[in-house]
Amino acid sequence: MKVLSIDISKCTGCRACEYACSFKHTGAFNRWDSRISISQFLEDFVFIPTVCTQCEEAYCVNVCPTGALSKNYETGVVEFDPNKCIVCKQCTMACPWGSIKLNHTGREIIKCDLCGGDPECVKVCHAGALEFTEVEDMVMDKRFRSATRLKESVMGV
Amino acid sequence: MLKGGYAGKILRINLSENKVSVEDINEKWAEDFIGGRGYGTRLFMEEVDPNVDPLSEENKLIVATGPLGSTYAPSSGRVMVITKGPLNGAIACSNSGGHFSAELKRSGFDFIIIEGKAEKPVYIWIFKGNVEIRDATQLWGKTTKETDKILRSLTHPEAGTLEIGPAGEKLSLISNVTFDGHRAAGRTGVGAVLGSKNLKGLAAFGTGSITVADNERFARAVYNARDILSKDAFSGSGGATYGTALLVNVINGVGGLPAFNGHDAYLETADKISGETLTKEYLIRAEGCDSCPIACGRVTEIRKGKYKGNKGVGPEYESIWALGAMCGVDDMDAVVMANYICDDYGFDTISAGSTVACAMDLFEAGYIPESDVGFSLRFGDSDALVNAMKLMAGQSTEFGKLLAEGSYRLAKHYGHPEFSMTVKKQEFPAYDPRAIKGIGLEYATSNRGACHVRGYTIAVEVLGGGDKNTYEGKAELTKILQDLTAALDSTGICLFTTFGLKGKEIAELFASATGFECDEQEFMKKGERIWNLEKAFNIKAGFTKDDDRLPERMEKEPIKSGPSKGEVTDLSKMLPEYYKLRGWDENGVPTQEKLKELGLEGML
Repeated sequence: MKVLSIDISKCTGCRACEYACSFKHTGAFNRWDSRISISQFLEDFVFIPTVCTQCEEAYCVNVCPTGALSKNYETGVVEFDPNKCIVCKQCTMACPWGSIKLNHTGREIIKCDLCGGDPECVKVCHAGALEFTEVEDMVMDKRFRSATRLKESVMGV
Repeated sequence: MLKGGYAGKILRINLSENKVSVEDINEKWAEDFIGGRGYGTRLFMEEVDPNVDPLSEENKLIVATGPLGSTYAPSSGRVMVITKGPLNGAIACSNSGGHFSAELKRSGFDFIIIEGKAEKPVYIWIFKGNVEIRDATQLWGKTTKETDKILRSLTHPEAGTLEIGPAGEKLSLISNVTFDGHRAAGRTGVGAVLGSKNLKGLAAFGTGSITVADNERFARAVYNARDILSKDAFSGSGGATYGTALLVNVINGVGGLPAFNGHDAYLETADKISGETLTKEYLIRAEGCDSCPIACGRVTEIRKGKYKGNKGVGPEYESIWALGAMCGVDDMDAVVMANYICDDYGFDTISAGSTVACAMDLFEAGYIPESDVGFSLRFGDSDALVNAMKLMAGQSTEFGKLLAEGSYRLAKHYGHPEFSMTVKKQEFPAYDPRAIKGIGLEYATSNRGACHVRGYTIAVEVLGGGDKNTYEGKAELTKILQDLTAALDSTGICLFTTFGLKGKEIAELFASATGFECDEQEFMKKGERIWNLEKAFNIKAGFTKDDDRLPERMEKEPIKSGPSKGEVTDLSKMLPEYYKLRGWDENGVPTQEKLKELGLEGML
């Protein structure tokens, strides 16, 4: 299964991903309509991308009273059907990450659908902070990078 | 009707009357002058008499975004500040990156006109189209970084901000306007205009949308441009890895790095202050402006020595040169620290560094007595550099005040204006016009005084493998690059995209976003129109052919050492040809035919 992986240390805070996401889904540029969000902490120059992690045990799905949200176990995606949504906003409170959001009007729910398997945000992330990779590769890569840092500290590099 | 790209509105803020109003964009001007620098200048000329005192209530300041801003066009976060420049009285257009431009457009405005003068310090808060003028008494005296932080705490944690530091408040003629606490519209002393109006800063936050004329065509143009940029050596990887400081070793390597206030153009130990050193010893991470794939921004810290623990942003190539090589200083800790002081107080690093270099030169020649300074101010002395910067920042002594006026006034005060490395009273940047001939013509003819980013001939003369020593073809090269940059600056995308993009790709981004059909030729025409408009302002403001010149030293004193040893330059071998190519008379004045051809009748 492929997931959207995020390397916070590489994010330059440029917000191109937000523009690309909004444009792809709505035809207009508005970061409030983007499914992915970059939180900027400019004093410290730290930029944190957040996006739906497509939880296996999804709280948003659990609280949704109309079945507008559902987990597709085949693709791994937490799917959203706006036609069934009554905008009760329970999902926005249930999500631990704030990744199910209201759009710029404040009256519609939006969430990441991985662009049907070809995420637009990844295409404009020149810094390489966003990647669309097999989940096993992502985890192995992360383990190996952490281990490399530990190895360097052991060797005193 | 505007088809896309623009937010569509202009915000007018009158500080004298405490009044705010909103106007529509003029569509004809949008098509003719694009936006940003071009539209802003056209608007400014409608609003302000070119003969006003830049620091009087009658001068205005326009904050301008471009039609590609707040989209995913690459590097489209540029914002322009247009005013009559305090440093020299010419048309000032200083530009900066950051995220302010995007927030302003999301708030529903392409431009802000700031006029009048507030009775006491104020800041402005623009939130989803609502505008408040608020008291800023508590902010007065704060550094740019502190101001940015406080503005966001008083408004919205993700607001875009614009602010001045103590330099702008005290009307320093080399003060900048800072954006988001760390990027700057550096040149021409624009910060003093805000200071003269008692305006400490501005914060904006919006949730509006920007649409484009043709979605599919725009997406194609953007991905094509991003693809090209990713393959270029600078915009693809060099920019993010080394920042602009990558150029220190490159330009020094060809003997084009002005040093010791222009007595030389080579610093033997330049590697100590190079981009490679900056990355290895100071860089924490790269940072990018809105929608930028290049991410040349440097987040840095000093990890050793007496300035250990200080953190900030930069230095850029130009700052390293001005505070380093130009002062003969190769101590990177001191250069980075001096850069932080400039940023915190809101000084243009180029002018600030070159002014300290000029003071060192005057000191060594015996024209500045040590009693005026309070310490020995010699080339290469890194403590003297940082201490001089502190004097400039504090402005609490007579000498400190003089430094904050820039090198032209400093050198004149001590009776030797020829020691000032300026054109139109503005310090020239980090490329020696004796070693690289075309850039000298660019310095001499730039409408805002000596400047490299009006027509970056270095891209061809050095980086593109051209012949930097010949005068031949430099007039044409300078004109082409000046016109292209004028148009590019007006779209809201960054000059650094031209490492990869040509006029064709940029014209297509503009056309597909706005629906104003425009090929490369038409795009260049718009640039030429903007250039001539700026020139018209300057002529009305009293500038003549005599102002299109280089510092005497560049034409008379040969370079002392390095690969370009012995070189001088001769502007007269390029300037007449340049005027002719521009369709100007022998005095550098646009002819009526040229103005008519460009649709600028009545502008001069």
